[in-house]
Amino acid sequence: MPFVESLRCRECARTYPVEALHVCEFCFGPLEVAYDYDAIRSSISREKIAAGPPTIWRYADLLPASAEDPVDLGAGFTPLVRADRLAAELGLGELWLKNDTLNPTGSFKDRVVSVALTKARDLGFKVAACASTGNLANSVAAHAARAGMESIVFIPSDLEQGKIVTTAIYGGRLIAIDGTYDDVNRLCAELTSEQPTWAFVNVNVRPYYAEGSKTLAFEVAEQLGWQAPDHVVVPIASGSQLTKVHKGFNELYHVGLLDEEPHVRVSGAQAEGCSPVAVAFAEDTDIIRPQRPKTIAKSLAIGNPADGFYALDVVRKSGGAIGSVTDDEIVEGIRLLARTEGIFAETAGGTTIATLVKLAASGVVRPDERVVAYITGHGLKTIEAVSAVAQPTATIAPTLDAFNAAVGLPS
Amino acid sequence: MPSIRIPTQLRTLTGNAGEVRVDGSTVGEALKALDAAHPGFGDRLFDDAGALRRFVNVFVADEDIRFLQGLETPLEDTSTVSIIPAVAGG
Repeated sequence: MPFVESLRCRECARTYPVEALHVCEFCFGPLEVAYDYDAIRSSISREKIAAGPPTIWRYADLLPASAEDPVDLGAGFTPLVRADRLAAELGLGELWLKNDTLNPTGSFKDRVVSVALTKARDLGFKVAACASTGNLANSVAAHAARAGMESIVFIPSDLEQGKIVTTAIYGGRLIAIDGTYDDVNRLCAELTSEQPTWAFVNVNVRPYYAEGSKTLAFEVAEQLGWQAPDHVVVPIASGSQLTKVHKGFNELYHVGLLDEEPHVRVSGAQAEGCSPVAVAFAEDTDIIRPQRPKTIAKSLAIGNPADGFYALDVVRKSGGAIGSVTDDEIVEGIRLLARTEGIFAETAGGTTIATLVKLAASGVVRPDERVVAYITGHGLKTIEAVSAVAQPTATIAPTLDAFNAAVGLPS
Repeated sequence: MPSIRIPTQLRTLTGNAGEVRVDGSTVGEALKALDAAHPGFGDRLFDDAGALRRFVNVFVADEDIRFLQGLETPLEDTSTVSIIPAVAGG
């Protein structure tokens, strides 16, 4: 936090004070946190990070909120696991999985929310709010409870039961909207104007919130022995996470934590039923046409992605690609990951794995690359997606004969 | 007259009014009338080529005009147009 200089418009570079602002008043471009990197370079070191807590807050020098008393449930520093069995199935070489299912509320959203609410509390907010496709709802409700803040969370009413229960349990207000996530988002954008005393983590404090996703890159680099991977595969909803992962690797080099300048190829994953960024990539255009989402990957179902333009830019400039996969392929992706590596991911993870399958088959992701796939949410959140294909092998009477018959042994 | 809902960021142009009424039978006409009544809106909403800026979202009756007829989307006297900057999310 001491290293934050201002907020700056990504489009026109106008600067703004470090407050709850997210939009440039002049061109409507999104605001981003600007840091004093020279000061960070003087402060930060691999040793200092190693001595920090096993959470995102070990990288506090590169985050826009104070680590002195963070709103913290222990987000981050999740395992980076080598995935040789999955790599063998896909014909890849060195494949790693960033297992972010193991965050406190089961998704990477704990990273961004911990940063957002720490900053929001510093700014004097007492109410935490958000528009959510589910994972964010869980995380905001939990972190607000932890911080003693009120929470008011807005979700589409057709969300998975698991995500509703795991939000409502924390005791805040949960408002289900009859509409898509984009409807929820629009309502929250309007409410932000009407309720200036609420910190909408992904609206008016979004510049701080989004920075939390950089830790997905910081950790991978640290866990690889302070090296960047060659290629990462990241799911795309709003596109924020993908752009921040890319930014994170570059920042590490910029502040002296990586010896070599990283050239990480960044590829994105979308569900075919909500693929505005993948379509723009395939059509080689900058214009992202909003879609009406229809996919089981509800955590990625943003038809009007705020950072889609920037995500496209990162993918193109880094030499990656954006793939999209059908709902059936997503289910197969979830099963493949579970079967080969023992990790149960939600539909976003299935989308990432299924896209990785395609990108490996088409030669975009290559066997000579060190690849990291980001698995961003836990499968228990979206049991509906796979319950039809994940059932008991047999249901039998408690007898040896029945067992032998069921598993094909002679009785 | 259709009414236009103004986001916080632009209320300095409307003397802090969150909603204003202007003439116009299409979204494009109404936004032009808005700029005439409260100078400054044109520069904020449109780029040099006259198209809506990339991060400006406009809704009529809660529907994104990109799903309707864009700036040609017709308005009625009772229509409500919302200007929403950079729908955030994610």
